Amino acid sequence: MRARNWELISLVPAALLVSAGFAAVYIQRANQLETVSLIYGAIFLGLCLGAHIFIRITLPHADPFIFPLVAVLACYGLVMIYRIDGATEARVQAQWFVLGLLLFAATIVWFRDYRRLEHYRYLIMTGSVVLLLLPRVPGLGVYSGGAYLAIHLPGITFQPPEFAKVGVVIFLSSYLRDHRQALASGRRILGYRIPPLKHLGPLLALWGAAMLALVVIGDIGSSLMFYGALLAIVYVATDRISFVFFGVVAFGVGSWFLATHIPHIDARIQDWLHPFNPTLYTAPLGSYQLANAQFAMAAGGLFGQGFGQTLLYIPGTTNALIPFPSTDMVFSVITGDLGLFGAVGLLVTYLLFISRGFKAAMLARDSFSKLLAVGLSTVIAVQVFVIVGGVARVIPFTGVPLPFVAYGGSSILANFVLVALLLLISDRARQPQPAP
Amino acid sequence: MNRSILRLFSVVVLMFTLLVVWTSRWTVFSANALDHNRLNQLSFYASLKIQRGEILADNGAVLAKSVKTAGGSWKRVYPQGSLFAQAVGYYNPQETQIAGIEQFRNRALTGGQNQRSSLFGSFTATPAVGDSVYTTLDPKGQALARTLLAGRVGSVVAIVPQTGAVKVMYSNPTYNDNNLAAPCPANAAHVGCQFNLATQGGMPPGSTFKLVVTAAALNSGKLTPSSTFAGPSPLLIDGTPLHNDANVSYPAGTTLTTALTDSIDTIYAQVGLKVGAPTLQQYMKRFGFYSVPPMDYPASQMRPSGEFYNGSFVPITNPNMDVGRTSIGQGDLEVTPLQMAMVVATIANNGKLMEPRLASRVVNSDGETVQTIRPQEYDQVMRPQIAQEETQMMRHVVESGTGTLANLPGLNIVGKTGSASLGACVTGVRVNNVCPNGETYDDAWFVAFSQSDPKIAVAVELSDIPGGYGGTYAAPIAAEMIKTLLAEGQ
Repeated sequence: MRARNWELISLVPAALLVSAGFAAVYIQRANQLETVSLIYGAIFLGLCLGAHIFIRITLPHADPFIFPLVAVLACYGLVMIYRIDGATEARVQAQWFVLGLLLFAATIVWFRDYRRLEHYRYLIMTGSVVLLLLPRVPGLGVYSGGAYLAIHLPGITFQPPEFAKVGVVIFLSSYLRDHRQALASGRRILGYRIPPLKHLGPLLALWGAAMLALVVIGDIGSSLMFYGALLAIVYVATDRISFVFFGVVAFGVGSWFLATHIPHIDARIQDWLHPFNPTLYTAPLGSYQLANAQFAMAAGGLFGQGFGQTLLYIPGTTNALIPFPSTDMVFSVITGDLGLFGAVGLLVTYLLFISRGFKAAMLARDSFSKLLAVGLSTVIAVQVFVIVGGVARVIPFTGVPLPFVAYGGSSILANFVLVALLLLISDRARQPQPAP
Repeated sequence: MNRSILRLFSVVVLMFTLLVVWTSRWTVFSANALDHNRLNQLSFYASLKIQRGEILADNGAVLAKSVKTAGGSWKRVYPQGSLFAQAVGYYNPQETQIAGIEQFRNRALTGGQNQRSSLFGSFTATPAVGDSVYTTLDPKGQALARTLLAGRVGSVVAIVPQTGAVKVMYSNPTYNDNNLAAPCPANAAHVGCQFNLATQGGMPPGSTFKLVVTAAALNSGKLTPSSTFAGPSPLLIDGTPLHNDANVSYPAGTTLTTALTDSIDTIYAQVGLKVGAPTLQQYMKRFGFYSVPPMDYPASQMRPSGEFYNGSFVPITNPNMDVGRTSIGQGDLEVTPLQMAMVVATIANNGKLMEPRLASRVVNSDGETVQTIRPQEYDQVMRPQIAQEETQMMRHVVESGTGTLANLPGLNIVGKTGSASLGACVTGVRVNNVCPNGETYDDAWFVAFSQSDPKIAVAVELSDIPGGYGGTYAAPIAAEMIKTLLAEGQ
């Protein structure tokens, strides 16, 4: 069967998921939700079909499973947000999906030959750094939970790291494509090859930048994301595990230093280790949301309590039991409603999506495409690990959006650009070889 | 490069495996511990959605009901307030406060018996309604107890001897279970606002304890009602002189019946010593001493009765115990009014002690009885004829002894007085054996039933009546309770 027909068939699960999910939530909340709210689901299905036709025309050879997997993730998110706040957030999220898919189409049209991006790599890098620093601009940045994560413009809140992550990966892929040979060579000292400083410099600068992001923005989650992508791309570019080793040690040392010197990072670690300590539980910015996320997950059990059954507010009050249910804590709401079954389903979907990204990297014929595909896939993997691991207490909690699922416009827009790039790479990689 | 990509992918798989492992940990392996974490309020919040069943008096009067709040959850309302507060208790989920019948019957009240859970709970969820609990409590008797106590610190317990059904359990000070945050009454502050004197109070029973000693003496065959003693006053008991009331001496040849009738302390001290600590201990246990009362009420709100020494219950066989003084209800003896009601109910029921109970049946929202709480025998404390002999002795108490004020015509009331004279509180009013400033007090008791119609057994305790005799203060209350409750039962 042709790739695009596979893609069409693979959209069926997403269609079923969104229909069943919206129907379930609507039946349960018919007294609170208007019938028109069901349209958000229908709009989304229409968009998926439209995007499929667009891909069929523009990228006939692209991987047939990437887009359907994204659709499943987005459905998951849309149904959960419909369930959390069916009146407002679901509508806004559906609107962001419209914009996201437009940007997706635009990316595919503008960067049909995405390798042109290499020409703008320093511009892209500079842009990304500026984006990351914007939340520190007085009057523009939003300070929450000890970190500057977002900027506030009239009408919208915008999260720069989401776009910056795509920019940083493009830069790294391009930069390392040029310098990978040089990095892999170099003089041997004590059995290790130390690369020439002029090639190593920018990498050290990036390490510094990731640390700086921690200090200046206070955003541990995003810096983990960038750093993970950096190590992945360096490793694939040079095939040298020692870089990764030194990288991890350097990050570990830096993090340890920061954890012991920046109070809000230390507080996060204490919350992670002792979420049920009564003092931390009641402290401002304490372990309250982490502990209650755990209780919600425990209540979910194997198969969940059913859509809408996870308590988000203390009954009879407007006090949150699970603060930020549609963003930071969405994974705990999913687990509470749908249980381990639903949570693992989501994680497996992510893993499948990431595996298709890696597959595109393997099939790609040039280094830039390989590195770009690896970087983009890894950034999603690390992002999922950071937020889900934070909620599930694998690691200290830091707020990054759960890709395609969490409520929020900038995350949707940036991730659709990311998907567009993956599809572009995949399409080029899978094109039949021209006859010699 | 493809080799490194594959290796990198295996790292990603490992990361996701960690996520799955940790998620399984919270949802499955540690879920039980998390569900029971003391910070976890989810089960309480879930119970807020349930319309808790009602608690009703024996005549169907509503003692507790749930009303819907503006926020859509349920609020507990107690129409009778302080009159039934100690028995009914309270349920306040916001403050995680629960007590009394509300606590003991929580499962029934939340519909615990018929709760279903399913994968599709969200589709089938109907508003949950709990079952209602009918109690054995009698509103008229309860109100009369309050009237007769007239604000004095004390307790009235009335039991149906044949079934153990508790008809009245009222104590002062009481509290309003609609408003737990209200300030404590001054005389309850040192024992706790929601103290139930009937089940938690530990007071010396005074001469009412002679009923236990008599039962042990007669049933063990060591004495008969006509056994004779001399009753000099004072008499050296455990190395300390013991005086009779008004320091009256009784000649040799005084019978056990006379000793009970006139409540002669120096004779009963000898009776106790003659019966011996091991036998006394055995009979106390049969009457329910040294155990939390076997009542359907939270154990945390009841205390055992017995010798209380250095902060714990010790058997009367303990060498530190003064068996002579214990036999007249003093020494280190501390009892609850509920325990003394159990003692007198046993005698009224031919020596058979029934477990006291507050609930009679559980009814679901359709009005069907889903559970009947049946009478339960605790112990055959003594042979029926011994109980009848003892009843006859108690009749003398009311006819011609210390309890004549209870001798209402036509009822053949039998009973026993108790006056534990340990001095009055210097300041304030005593509750639970303790004055606000730690001194002791006076204690008036009367336990009684009607010989001709033994369907109600009553224990009355009045604290802090300076120089108060049980026969003067408690006996009229007990007689009035018996008369009213028996008239109501006909």
